Amino acid sequence: MEHTGLNLTLKVWKQKNAATKGAFESYDVKNISTDMSFLEMFDVLNEQLISTGKEPIAFDHDCREGICGMCSMVINGRPHGPWNGTTTCQLHMRAFKNGDTITVEPWRAGSFPVVRDLVVDRSAFDRIIQAGGYVSINTGNPVDANALPIDKKLADKAFAAAACIGCGACVAACKNSSAMLFVSAKVSQLALLPQGQPERSSRVLSMVDQMDKEGFGNCTNTGACEAECPKEISLENIARLNREYMSAALASEE
Amino acid sequence: MELNSKIPAGPVETKWTKYKSSVKLVNPANKRNLDIIIVGTGLAGASAAASLGELGYKVKAFCFQDSPRRAHSIAAQGGINAAKNYQNDGDSTYRLFYDTIKGGDYRAREANVYRLAEVSSNIIDQCVAQGVPFAREYGGLLSNRSFGGTQVQRTFYAAGQTGQQLLLGAYSALERQVALGNVEMHTRHEMLDVVVIDGKTRGIIARNLITGEIERHAGHAVLLCTGGYGNVFYLSTNAMGSNVTAAWKAHKKGAFFANPCFTQIHPTCIPVSGDHQSKLTLMSESLRNDGRIWVPKKQNDDRKPIDIPEEERDYYLERRYPAFGNLVPRDVASRAAKERCDAGYGVGTSKMAVYLDYAAAIERYGKIEVGKKGLSNISKEEIIALGKDVVKEKYGNLFDMYAKITGENPYETPMRIYPAVHYTMGGLWVDYELKTTVDGLYALGEANFSDHGANRLGASALMQGLADGYFVIPYTIGNYLADEIRTGHISTDHPAFLQAENEVKETLNKFVNCKGNKSVDYFHKALGKIMWNDCGMARNKEGLEKAIKEIKALRTEFWNNVMVPGTVDEFNVELEKAGRVADFIELGELMCKDALDRNESCGGHFREESQTEEGEAERNDEIYSYVAAWKYINAGESELNKEPLIYENIKIAARSYK
Ligand SMILES: Cc1cc2nc3c(=O)[nH]c(=O)nc-3n(C[C@H](O)[C@H](O)[C@H](O)COP(=O)(O)OP(=O)(O)OC[C@H]3O[C@@H](n4cnc5c(N)ncnc54)[C@H](O)[C@@H]3O)c2cc1C
Ligand code: SF4
Ligand code: FES
Repeated sequence: MEHTGLNLTLKVWKQKNAATKGAFESYDVKNISTDMSFLEMFDVLNEQLISTGKEPIAFDHDCREGICGMCSMVINGRPHGPWNGTTTCQLHMRAFKNGDTITVEPWRAGSFPVVRDLVVDRSAFDRIIQAGGYVSINTGNPVDANALPIDKKLADKAFAAAACIGCGACVAACKNSSAMLFVSAKVSQLALLPQGQPERSSRVLSMVDQMDKEGFGNCTNTGACEAECPKEISLENIARLNREYMSAALASEE
Repeated sequence: MELNSKIPAGPVETKWTKYKSSVKLVNPANKRNLDIIIVGTGLAGASAAASLGELGYKVKAFCFQDSPRRAHSIAAQGGINAAKNYQNDGDSTYRLFYDTIKGGDYRAREANVYRLAEVSSNIIDQCVAQGVPFAREYGGLLSNRSFGGTQVQRTFYAAGQTGQQLLLGAYSALERQVALGNVEMHTRHEMLDVVVIDGKTRGIIARNLITGEIERHAGHAVLLCTGGYGNVFYLSTNAMGSNVTAAWKAHKKGAFFANPCFTQIHPTCIPVSGDHQSKLTLMSESLRNDGRIWVPKKQNDDRKPIDIPEEERDYYLERRYPAFGNLVPRDVASRAAKERCDAGYGVGTSKMAVYLDYAAAIERYGKIEVGKKGLSNISKEEIIALGKDVVKEKYGNLFDMYAKITGENPYETPMRIYPAVHYTMGGLWVDYELKTTVDGLYALGEANFSDHGANRLGASALMQGLADGYFVIPYTIGNYLADEIRTGHISTDHPAFLQAENEVKETLNKFVNCKGNKSVDYFHKALGKIMWNDCGMARNKEGLEKAIKEIKALRTEFWNNVMVPGTVDEFNVELEKAGRVADFIELGELMCKDALDRNESCGGHFREESQTEEGEAERNDEIYSYVAAWKYINAGESELNKEPLIYENIKIAARSYK
């Protein structure tokens, strides 16, 4: 691989806590290897800040493998940055050119208040799952796993929906701050599988209800969520969610 | 101290059943008055929290991430073992038990491992019932793949995201209990001490990571499900936040630490690319099912891999271990890669890498597809294209990850891989009931030492985490709590809580007031280097003694010269890291001591002084057939206790994969 040193200007959102107002601050970083990940570039910046007695920039991250859903930066206006189907932590500096100015902000949505700098509070997602994102069975002695064969096509579709990492980029990407893609992924996974059938109607109704209570906006089908989703969760799931919701709502009126 | 592992009497096949049917129970009304604190929400913690909440206990769960769903278990890739024998290839509880004991190089406790094998198949049933979308065959049944150290196909998987799907299953069961009011979830909280009163665990001290507030939480029992400590090496495949603090604080309060030096170095990871590197990325062991590992036969061969003809390639694992080939256990594969690279056959710019090649697999799968589809007159290109589709379905996310990190296309050119720190078999010593040496304090999952001996087989950590949480602790904890029903509410005003809280605060203040001139990462990297060089893939007396001296010096420097910006009462990432690194430094020293004590090679622990002429690890059962359980005396001072390992069902033999 080619190694190139990049000199960059970063404009980063700094905000002390939820109660104070934030603002952009500019930083220069030099000789950044194109082999680095975006977060490693932030590590370099933070080391630089600490060594000059300044406070480092707070950002969320953990696995750095694109699977925990913790990292969450809006980079040049795009949640998780310029590469499609990629989380912030998997974005590499190869994506940038020497001399670039890069703007970095937190997820912006009323339901995701800023904790500090680039860190936001996504507990609303946990509460939506609490509303019904499960199959109500206790630990015990369920039937043998192979007693219930499942059509591979269905299983694959359920898996594709279940691949959602709960990062919230879909909300950050949406001008209405809608959480429909996230909710639809969980609803779809369980609606597609036989295990999810008994609670199929109650689940969709109460998850959507909780989503509304959390203050997420309406879906107007702009598709920005799918375009920015690092796991490429398909809009088909939103269509399925709408169908599930309609038929559950109708059934509950009867 | 006499270590009592509390192994039930009787034949190994009936121990667990007998235990379950004779263990003390807690009636439902009393369960409601018993508080259980669970630290950690990975597979072990989330499954325990959900199961204990379902039983009616009052559970408080803690994790340092912003959601329990983000625990490090989420990153597990390849799969989970279970002795289902769905493939009709001769699997059984006994065989899984045997493979695990042998894989662990005869350094694990028989009774625990047998129980693990016994409950394994229940785990798969439970997960499927939760809606975990495991991979399936066209007939609708579950699919299996092979992992290292076994000759059967018993690994269940969900593409390269098995840990994610299993954790989301446990997480959703946990959130269901939160909704029902049985579990109180505390995210962005870090446990910083255990509170022990009159010899019994009574609670924890935790820091709210958002506000910096120090909180006291009381409970009748505390479960540590806090994962492994591979990050003591700085670079590892673990998530950035994985740490030893919870276990280490428990150790300082009296819990023995077992086999700390048993570290698993995983053979297939993306090699280090520069000084900036913050973590290493695993390429799942499942890739060794289909990939072939090789280096050039010529030293310092600078040709591109595709320009090196077949006869000039050394498929060294297939050559050295014909019976298991590319599927030898991890410790064996790692050492073999190191051996080739040290001898000058490594590839890539750093020369510290070997190839993992998919060309043959792609062609083989392409041909199978041609057969399946009944195609004729097919060009080589079309076969390759079909084969790539199959490989993409099986390993797509791993190949994508490789491409993003390295900028190379693994469908076209072999991947470059090298061993990296991955898992820690060592951990808090626990008895058959998963209880540590402190009453009321339990350890589950990677945080305990129990099942994997000196080397863990692939796909067995997920199995163990879920076994501990779903199927073991719900029974064993009752045996302790049945005697706690008269304790009543535990007040956090007890002086022991106050003292623990003050000590925690004092330490935090020390960090921010130190105002030195070196960052926390500086110390972490320095420690990692010492550990990797002298307590890594190969260890010897001289190196370990040197490492202990260096770590002691590093500890002094850390406390005098660390720079932690900001204050204690705010969201402060550097402060969190400082606490973790302080504990890693103390642990690192203990690991070296343990490695020094064990002058034999077993599993992941390779003492250069103890090897055969062919360079294979040489165990010394006469002297070292014990679990080394260390008692904390002071920083840098520990006392060794031994739990002898007794094998009644498996005949100890030299481990051979040839
Ligand atoms: C990249 C990778 C791939 C892997 N693939 C596989 C695989 O395919 N198959 C397999 O069997 N195994 C695999 N493993 C190993 C396996 O994933 C882990 O051993 C297992 O998931 C550990 O689970 P756990 O529940 O013990 O801990 P973890 O999942 O590590 O969870 C630890 C929990 O403890 C919390 N915690 C820690 N300290 C504190 C504290 N002080 N205060 C509060 N909370 C705390 C964390 O927030 C977290 O919730 C893999 C490991 C890695 C690194
Ligand atoms: S749907 Fe996509 S963007 Fe939204 S939370 Fe899930 S993974 Fe993230
Ligand atoms: S840090 Fe885990 S997905 Fe980015």
